[in-house]
Amino acid sequence: MNNVVKEAPKISGHRRPSSGETKPTLLGEAGTLLKVNIREYGMYIALFVIIVIFSIMTDGLFMSSRNISNLLDATGYTAVLAVGMTLVIVIRHIDLSVGFAAGFMGAIAAILMTQAGVPFYLTIPIILVLGIVIGMFNGVLVASVGIPSFVSSLAAMLIFRGALLQVTEKTGTINVTSDHFNAIGNGFVPEITEVGGLKVLSLILGLVIILLYIYFEFKNRTNKQKYNFEVVSKGILTVKLIFVSAIIAYVTWKLSGYNGFSWTVIIVLGVVLIYHFLTTKTVLGRHIYAVGSNPEAAHLSGINVKKITYIVFGSMGLLSALSGILYTSRLQSASTTAGTLFELDAIAAAYVGGVSAAGGVGKVTGSIIGAIVMASLTSGMNLLGVGISYQYMIRGGVLAAAVIFDVMTRKKRG
Amino acid sequence: MSDYILEMNNISKEFTGVKALTEVNFKVAKGEIHFLVGENGAGKSTLMKVLSGVYPHGTYSGDIVFDGKVQKFGKIADSVQAGIGIIYQELALFPDLSVYENIFAGNEVARGSIINWNKTIVQAKEMLAKVGLSVNPETLIKDLGVGKQQLVEIAKALSKNIRLLILDEPTAALNENDSENLLNLLRELKKQGITCIMISHKLKEVIAVADKATVLRDGRAICTLDASKGEIKENVIIKNMVGREIEDIYPKRANKSFGDNILEVKNWSAFDTQLGRHVVKDVNLHVKKGEIVGIAGLMGSGRTELALSLFGNPRSYKLQGDMLLNGKPGSFKHTSDAINAGIAYVTEDRKGNGLFLIQDIRNNITAANLRGVASKGVINGNEEVRVAQSYKDSLYVKAPSIEQIVGNLSGGNQQKVSLGKWLFVGPKLLILDEPTRGIDVGAKFEIYTIMNKLISEGMSIIMISSELGEVLGMSDRVYVMAEGRIKGELSIEEADQEKIMQFATQ
Repeated sequence: MNNVVKEAPKISGHRRPSSGETKPTLLGEAGTLLKVNIREYGMYIALFVIIVIFSIMTDGLFMSSRNISNLLDATGYTAVLAVGMTLVIVIRHIDLSVGFAAGFMGAIAAILMTQAGVPFYLTIPIILVLGIVIGMFNGVLVASVGIPSFVSSLAAMLIFRGALLQVTEKTGTINVTSDHFNAIGNGFVPEITEVGGLKVLSLILGLVIILLYIYFEFKNRTNKQKYNFEVVSKGILTVKLIFVSAIIAYVTWKLSGYNGFSWTVIIVLGVVLIYHFLTTKTVLGRHIYAVGSNPEAAHLSGINVKKITYIVFGSMGLLSALSGILYTSRLQSASTTAGTLFELDAIAAAYVGGVSAAGGVGKVTGSIIGAIVMASLTSGMNLLGVGISYQYMIRGGVLAAAVIFDVMTRKKRG
Repeated sequence: MSDYILEMNNISKEFTGVKALTEVNFKVAKGEIHFLVGENGAGKSTLMKVLSGVYPHGTYSGDIVFDGKVQKFGKIADSVQAGIGIIYQELALFPDLSVYENIFAGNEVARGSIINWNKTIVQAKEMLAKVGLSVNPETLIKDLGVGKQQLVEIAKALSKNIRLLILDEPTAALNENDSENLLNLLRELKKQGITCIMISHKLKEVIAVADKATVLRDGRAICTLDASKGEIKENVIIKNMVGREIEDIYPKRANKSFGDNILEVKNWSAFDTQLGRHVVKDVNLHVKKGEIVGIAGLMGSGRTELALSLFGNPRSYKLQGDMLLNGKPGSFKHTSDAINAGIAYVTEDRKGNGLFLIQDIRNNITAANLRGVASKGVINGNEEVRVAQSYKDSLYVKAPSIEQIVGNLSGGNQQKVSLGKWLFVGPKLLILDEPTRGIDVGAKFEIYTIMNKLISEGMSIIMISSELGEVLGMSDRVYVMAEGRIKGELSIEEADQEKIMQFATQ
C-alpha cells in the first residue's frame, strides 16, 4: 500500500456550494441538535429520567455514595462484555457464548490460583490469552467454516456451560483466597489522605478526567473549525461542557464520599478508553465499521473480512475473560452457575446503547451508557423492593422500547 | 382487426423525471410468437411490467386491451387472473422446495386451506408433460439445471391457465442445447394456442422463431417487423435498434501514446461453482499503458464477472489461464493483492457493493487506502480530511461538506465519491464498470473529462459499458463480449454500432 498521500487530480473550473447561513437562537439550535441526534441524546435523557425518578422514589437513597459505588461496580463485568458485543453486532454477528465463557474462565482462574498455586499476576495474563484463543476459535467457525454466528456461539455456550460444571463438579464453589485478585472486584484506589470525609486522590482523578474531557472537546472543535465544518455554537458548547463536567464532578464527589474510585471502575474506564480510541481513530476500527456497513464493498476495497471477523471475536473472547476475572474476583469465588445470562445483559446493553442490528452502526460509549441504564433499573427496583418477576418484565419493556425508538428514528431519517 | 389478443395503446411511463416509455403502441395477434428487441434500457422490461401489473393502473398513461376488454390491473394477481403470465430473467423459484410444490406455490390445489398433495402431484405431472420435462416432480429445484428450472417456471405459469406467456430473456443464462429446447417448446405452445411475448438479445433466436418482432429504442416503439413479409433480418433489426446519432458529449483527447502491456490475460476462464457454469471462458485480452479499452456487450455477457476475476477474485471463481502484469506472471489471492499491484475496480453497482452508504464522504474516500492517511495504524484525522476534501473538490462532488452521508447524495455524486475512493489508492489500471449508469449528462461529461485527465497522467483504463455511444466515444480499442467469451476485438477506427451489436448478439 502506498504510504505517500497523493494529491487528487486538479481540474480547473471547481465550484463550491454557496452557504446561506443564518444565526439561530440558542434554544432553536438546541432543538435542531436534539432532532438530528435524537437517538444518541435520547439514551442520555432516558438515563437522566431513570435516575431522577428513582432518586425521588427512594428519597435520595438511589443517589447515595454507597449505592452509586455499588451500582458501578456491579455493572463492571457486564459493561466490558457490552463493549466487545458492540463490535460483534457491528459486524453483523452475535456471540451467545460470552456468559458461560466468562464463568468458565473465571473458574479456571480460581483453579489456577487455589489448586495449581499460580500467582495472581501470572493467572490474569494466562486467562486473558485463553480468552483470545477461545474467541478466535469462534471467529474461525463463523468466518472460515461459514456457520451462522448464532448457531456456533449457541453451541459454544452449551460447551462452556458443561465445561464450567465439569471443572467445578468436585469442589463446588471454589473460594479464592488471593487478596490481590479479590481486590480487582472489591478494592478501591488507595488513598493518600482524606479531607472532610472525601478521598483526595479520587477527587484529583475526577478533576483530571474533567480537564481531559474539556481539552478534547476544544481540540475537536478547533480542528473542525479549521476545515469549515459545521460546529455547534459557543453557547451550546458551554452548556454541554458544564453539563457533562457537572455529571463527572457529581459522580466523583459521591464516590469520594464513600471509598473513592474502585479498581473495577478504573478497569472499565480503561477498556472504554482503549476501545473508543480503537474504534474511532485507528485503521482497524474503520475496517470493522466498513465490514459492518457493507461486507461486499469492504471485500472489494481490499479489506480482509475474515481477518476482521477473527479479530472482533478474539477481542470478544479477551473481554469475556476479563469479565470472568471481574466477576470471580467480586464474589471472591468461582461458582457453578457463574456467567448465567451475562450474554443477554451484554446484548441488551448494546441495543439500548444504540447499536443497530443491521450492522455498521454503534458506539462503544453508547453501549456503556446502555449497560448503566440497565444496571440502574435493576439497582433502583431492588431499592424499591420490586419483585424479581416484575423486574424482568420492566427491563424487557425498556429494551423493546429502546429498539422501537431506534427503528422509528432511523425510518424518519432514512 | 379483432384477432389481436393484446393491444397496448399510447403507453407512457415516467420515473421521477425520466421518461421510460413514450406513447408506445404494441399489438400482439392471437397465437403468435412476438419478440421485443432493443438495447439495454430501451424500455422492454418496463413495458412488460406495465402489462403484468407490476406498475399498477394509474402509474402509467394509455390503454391495455386484452381479449377485447380494457384492463386495469391493480396488481400482478389481476393480470394472472386475466390470463397473462410473466417469467422474469431471474427465476422466482424456491430452490429448497420440490418441483410440484413450486409449480403450485401461491396457487395450491386445496379445499379450504387444506392442501391435497396427491392431486397436486398428479396435476404437476400433467403440467410437466405439457412443457416436455421428464423429471420426478419430487425433485428439489436446486438439483435441476437452469434450463430445466426455466421449464418448471413455464409449467407454473401454464398451471394458472394463462393464454399469454411473457418471457423476459429466458435464454440469457442457458446453454445452446437448453435454448434450443426452449425455442422448440415455444413452437409447441403456439400449436396449443398460447400466445408468447419474448424479450431476447439473441437475434439468431428472433430470426429462428419469431412471427413478429417489435423494436424499442429509447422508450419508443420504432417498428414492428413481420416474418411472413420477410422483414426479420439481422441487419434490419440492428439498424432499428441503434439508429441514433451519437451525441457529441465525449471530450477529445490529444496526444494519444501507448506504452507496453500493463495487463494481459491468456485463455482466461472463470467457473462459478454456485451457478455450475463458466461465467468467463477462454478470454484473451491486453491493456497498454495510456489506453482506454472498452468492453462492450449486453447485460449478463460476463463483463462484470471478467472484471471481478481479474480483481482478486472476490467471488471465489475457479480460475484458469495466465495473467501477466507488466509482462511478468502474476496472480492475486485477495482483492488487497490486486490493489497493491495497482489495479482498482469501480463497481457497476455502487449502492450494492461499491459504497458504504451509511458512512460519510470522508470515510468512503479513504476506505480502500486508510494506511495512506495513517501511521502505525492510527488515522491522522487532519490528513484524512485534507485528502477527502481535495478529492471532493477536484471531482466536483456536490455536497455541503465531506461529512455528508453518502447515501443521501445523488447518483452522479455517489459515482464521483466511488471514483475518488479508487483514485486515492493510486492505481495504474482503473477498471470502470458502467461508469455513467444512472447519472445525468452533466455528471457524465465530468466523469469523461476525469478519465481523459487520468490517461494523460499515465494511467490505463478498462471501461465496461452497455452504452454504445460511450464505448465508441471514449475507447481506443473495443472488445465485445457475449456468453462469457470475447466475440470480437475492434480498433476504434473500425468499430461502429452495428459491428458491436453484431458481435454482442451472436
